[in-house]
Amino acid sequence: MKRFVGFVRKEFYHIFRDKRSLFILFGMPIAQILLFGFAITNEINNVNIAILDQANDVTSKEIINKIAASKHFSIVDIIQKESSIESIFKKGKVKAVLQFENNFGNNLIKEKQANVQVLTDATDPNMANTISNYISAILKKYQQELNKNTTIDYQIVPQSRMVYNAELKSVYMFVPGVMTVILMLVSAMMTSISITREKEQGTMEILLVSPLKPFQVIIGKVFPYIFLSVINAIVIVLLSIFVFNVPVNGSLFLLGIESVLFIITSLALGILISTISATQQTAMMISLMGLMLPTILLSGFIFPISSMPLPLQVISNIIPAKWFIIIVKGIMLKGIGIGFIFKETAILVLMTLLFIGISVKKYKIRLE
Amino acid sequence: MKNKNVIEVENLSKLFGDFAAVNSISFHVKAGEIFGFLGANGAGKTTAIKMLIGISSPTSGKATIAGFDVYKEAESIKKNIGYMSQKFALYDDLTVKENITFFGGIYGLSKKQIDRKRCELVDELGLQEVANSLVSSLPLGWKQKLAFSVSLLHDPKIVFLDEPTGGVDPITRRQFWEMIYKAAHNGTTIFVTTHYMDEAEYCDRVSIMVNGKIEALDTPKKLKAHYKTDTMNDVFLKLARG
Ligand SMILES: Nc1ncnc2c1ncn2[C@@H]1O[C@H](COP(=O)(O)OP(=O)(O)OP(=O)(O)O)[C@@H](O)[C@H]1O
Ligand SMILES: [Mg+2]
Repeated sequence: MKRFVGFVRKEFYHIFRDKRSLFILFGMPIAQILLFGFAITNEINNVNIAILDQANDVTSKEIINKIAASKHFSIVDIIQKESSIESIFKKGKVKAVLQFENNFGNNLIKEKQANVQVLTDATDPNMANTISNYISAILKKYQQELNKNTTIDYQIVPQSRMVYNAELKSVYMFVPGVMTVILMLVSAMMTSISITREKEQGTMEILLVSPLKPFQVIIGKVFPYIFLSVINAIVIVLLSIFVFNVPVNGSLFLLGIESVLFIITSLALGILISTISATQQTAMMISLMGLMLPTILLSGFIFPISSMPLPLQVISNIIPAKWFIIIVKGIMLKGIGIGFIFKETAILVLMTLLFIGISVKKYKIRLE
Repeated sequence: MKNKNVIEVENLSKLFGDFAAVNSISFHVKAGEIFGFLGANGAGKTTAIKMLIGISSPTSGKATIAGFDVYKEAESIKKNIGYMSQKFALYDDLTVKENITFFGGIYGLSKKQIDRKRCELVDELGLQEVANSLVSSLPLGWKQKLAFSVSLLHDPKIVFLDEPTGGVDPITRRQFWEMIYKAAHNGTTIFVTTHYMDEAEYCDRVSIMVNGKIEALDTPKKLKAHYKTDTMNDVFLKLARG
């Protein structure tokens, strides 16, 4: 234990005496949150939506067919009652629900005006916005066709409403993403660099000649980063709550546990990277190209996974960040409990065990 | 303890692919000896040392260090040896004192022992002025002396020095050898590699390694007599030319 304390103290000296580490550790989280505050528009393709058709008449059917025919949407569910809307969103199966009012067709003919509600899942506000624009466009087109042959001016009025995030703040979407990227960066990149630095300097040899066991060396090296990552996670959550007014609707405790799990996943990846790279440069390159890029691009952080080409959608499944982002969005924005994110959690646990397993194997080989 | 072998090596080899970096070497080192392990660049000295200290496993052959087998008892070996690598390997971004504290700590010294050692060491090496400076600011000679002292912190039975005086000025080299003598006098067995043939004269016995094999092994005096020369340098040249 005493050895461990000494070891960790030394790691903190390294970290606090290195300006680059300090910047990455403490400058990045803030810079990133601010940087990603801007919105990015996205193309959408085959977005899953559900229909709640309270009218069930010719007109509503026609519109539904138009939407089904569009390449932008696929209708995956027809729901019967208003109360199902919330649960279908919670399950995360659909991004939008289209609700036709009672007597939709009659209203249109008699009152020349009828209403459609477009409810969107606003945990991903850019997406939600894009979806309701696309649906409005389809409705508008239908309306124009209707009006072409008559002098009467029929009006279909789409009413867009966001669920979970009624105010549409893009930062809502970025907070989970930024948190994920930061934890990945600090845990995986920083540890892999700090371990390879010892190799490069030759101090790893000295450590291995000492009575310390290899796993003690590794634990001593990663411990400070667990600590710093947890602090970072707390800072990010506090920033989101107090600066951007992002709600934490679910349990903070659960969020904490899941974050620690993801930190461990990332650390395991960092150790794995350090076992395959001989220099800090290599470790940095592998971390950036092999981890950060996919994490940013393929995790659903910036580009919605559902509108990626199929091969990329498949690849996105092996990116730990994807699962963690789903978890964080779920807990923070939807307020769901462990029951709804059990699958994601289990996947992260399995990935972590796999990475640790491979590292242990690689590490032994390296010592020969 | 004297005359007991603390290092025994028999037909030890290390292959990298087909290439034998160390080719069936055999020798022993007695307790308290200063053993010079000579050889040109690439002769295989570092590779041999790494097998002896338990961080690289031999391809074949036998070796025991302080009575422990390098294959099976690497952990026990580690408690009994000190090692100074060819590459300077203290932490540049830690101060002199912090380095001493850290390495004392990982060898399991108590806080009291570490405090005592730290004071002794700083005094002996004359590092009072720079004790709180980062190691990166020290001249190479001082760094090497510090690294040597650190490798002795836990009073190991045997210390392995891989080219400890590489790139160091002649005056510092002399001081370094005085430190080596002092450690040997205190009963530590010294296993040292070097490029400098004048340093070979300071050793009790030397081995000369050429292309992975030990070509000669004896006291400097006998080697010079055998090869009918006045200096170890000439002995070395004769051997290296084959
Ligand atoms: N991991 C390795 N893989 C392949 N070849 C290696 C490896 N390590 C060392 N060698 C080769 O083994 C030979 C012996 O290297 P070694 O470092 O033991 O020599 P040395 O006597 O210590 O030389 P120097 O005086 O330059 O330190 C060299 O030809 C070197 O290129
Ligand atoms: Mg060498």
